[in-house]
Amino acid sequence: MSETVLMKGNEAIAEAAILAGCRHYFGYPITPQTEVAAYMAKKMPKIGGTFLQAESEIAAINMVYGVAATGHPAMTSSSSPGISLKAEGISYLAGADLPALIVNVQRGGPGLGGIQPSQSDYDFVTRGPGHGDFHVLVFAPSSVQEMADLTGRAFHLAWKYRMPAMLLADGTMGQMMEPVNLPEPCNAFGDDNPWAATGTEMKRPHNIINSLDLSPENLEKMNFARFERYAKIEETECLWEEYLMDDAEICIVATGITARVSRNAIVEARKQGLKVGMIRPITLWPFPKKVLAQAADQVKAFLCVEMNMGQMKQDVELAIRCKKPVALCNRVGGMIPTPDEVLDSIRKIAEGGMEA
Amino acid sequence: MIVFEKPHALTDTVLHYCPGCTHGIVHRLVAEAIDELGIEGKTVGIAPVGCSVLAYNYFNCDMIEAAHGRAPAVATGVKRALPDNIVFAYQGDGDLASIGMCETVSTAARGENITIIFINNAIYGMTGGQMAPTSLVGQVTQTSPYGRDPKTQGYPIRVCELLSTLDAPAYLERVTVNSVKNVRNAKRAIKKAFQNQIDGKGFSFVEVLSACPTNWGMTPQKALQWIDEAMIPQYPLGVFRDKEA
Repeated sequence: MSETVLMKGNEAIAEAAILAGCRHYFGYPITPQTEVAAYMAKKMPKIGGTFLQAESEIAAINMVYGVAATGHPAMTSSSSPGISLKAEGISYLAGADLPALIVNVQRGGPGLGGIQPSQSDYDFVTRGPGHGDFHVLVFAPSSVQEMADLTGRAFHLAWKYRMPAMLLADGTMGQMMEPVNLPEPCNAFGDDNPWAATGTEMKRPHNIINSLDLSPENLEKMNFARFERYAKIEETECLWEEYLMDDAEICIVATGITARVSRNAIVEARKQGLKVGMIRPITLWPFPKKVLAQAADQVKAFLCVEMNMGQMKQDVELAIRCKKPVALCNRVGGMIPTPDEVLDSIRKIAEGGMEA
Repeated sequence: MIVFEKPHALTDTVLHYCPGCTHGIVHRLVAEAIDELGIEGKTVGIAPVGCSVLAYNYFNCDMIEAAHGRAPAVATGVKRALPDNIVFAYQGDGDLASIGMCETVSTAARGENITIIFINNAIYGMTGGQMAPTSLVGQVTQTSPYGRDPKTQGYPIRVCELLSTLDAPAYLERVTVNSVKNVRNAKRAIKKAFQNQIDGKGFSFVEVLSACPTNWGMTPQKALQWIDEAMIPQYPLGVFRDKEA
């Protein structure tokens, strides 16, 4: 590990991407993620990389598509309204089986919404953000350290499975400063990408990077093959963290900043004798269903703490097949739940007053 | 004795274009330029969405299919990753001048060192003949069945003229392929647009006035005449920018 530095979450993403070997960044200014672009604008020219402020979010994701088609790592970053615009390009990346990293530092919505933190793009991005049947790998960091660590991992897995990956942070994660141990420089990508469009050198048949197939039989086969790959990913790539789950009777499920808030509430609840633990999904797709299903045999109830209208709650209910009640403690529009609000929800459940 | 060969930069795939369509001619000219400049092995082409969506099957170089209108952005990414390669985008009028106008103008304004071949046939061909941003005033299409009315549908966009207001482009020329003489001239322009890129001169753009007999509702011969009679008065041929000259 290299030295410990104090960094903003957005800057940690940018530095971690460079350390992972990414040399091409395309973006468009939008709050609260603009520090990623600003960091890249400073750094990339000094290390022979590309920083380009694109004319739009749409152009930025298509520039990423162009770089990815040549077999080189590329990334873009934005916040919620900008991710809506990138949806087209993300679908094309998925359809052409191209790897790339998309960072989404979420703000409140819908529409122009606000600029305060949110987790309300959960459904949008975990279901495949764009038209057609597809998924992107989705990582939800809960600290600046994880912003850095998961950036490298997202790149690595995007490359391994030739698919887009998304770092889904809430605005708080992007804006807050914490000490971070930056990873060692590496090249997670490899130089041999026989599928890439780099010029034939007159030595091989031409490569075609494409998502179009006018034969429904072929297109069906490609979709089935892609979902076989997805099934393997769901089997092997789920990440989560458990906190005080050994004797827990109430299981909080939360990500990002709400997991941090929930931790404080759990410590307080434990002082009051309430047996509360937490499962924090780190990958949102694939969603850690198995560990939640196992927890359903142990706990009396679940409590989702979210900055949206309960989008992840539905995934928890699906994962546990509605075996136990699932409650929701939520704030939206840029508001963040307080530890006291979470504690109140815990108490209500403990006192049997929960409505699920 | 072989007197006329297919360019190596074209594959053996049979073109899907309609009888009388001039895409085939322009494909051939692009391929001839690539052959003559000896750049096939390091060329990466970007196909659009529209009639030439399948161009990736016809050119022998590495090819990338872009989303509708996004070819200049994709080409920008490719060129930034592979600055020593030759990158071209091949786009129609709906792709380049309507849904992709922002990408077109911005890429030109940055002066990206790429080549764009722009097929202007004043209509959306692939979807069956709808009004294009370059459709002429009064032109009857599926979505302007009473003729393009400037009061509600505006006027056609002259792309070379529009781009010529920018500082960055190195080369902007409008040509056509409706006669042997014009085909030879178009070949010269297309080859120059690739040579400029090899020489690092920057954004090079050739607009080719093209025929769409199927959707214009004309015979192939009449369609070539219509380029002379109707299109060239709206879209004058010529060089709009040549930083070398």
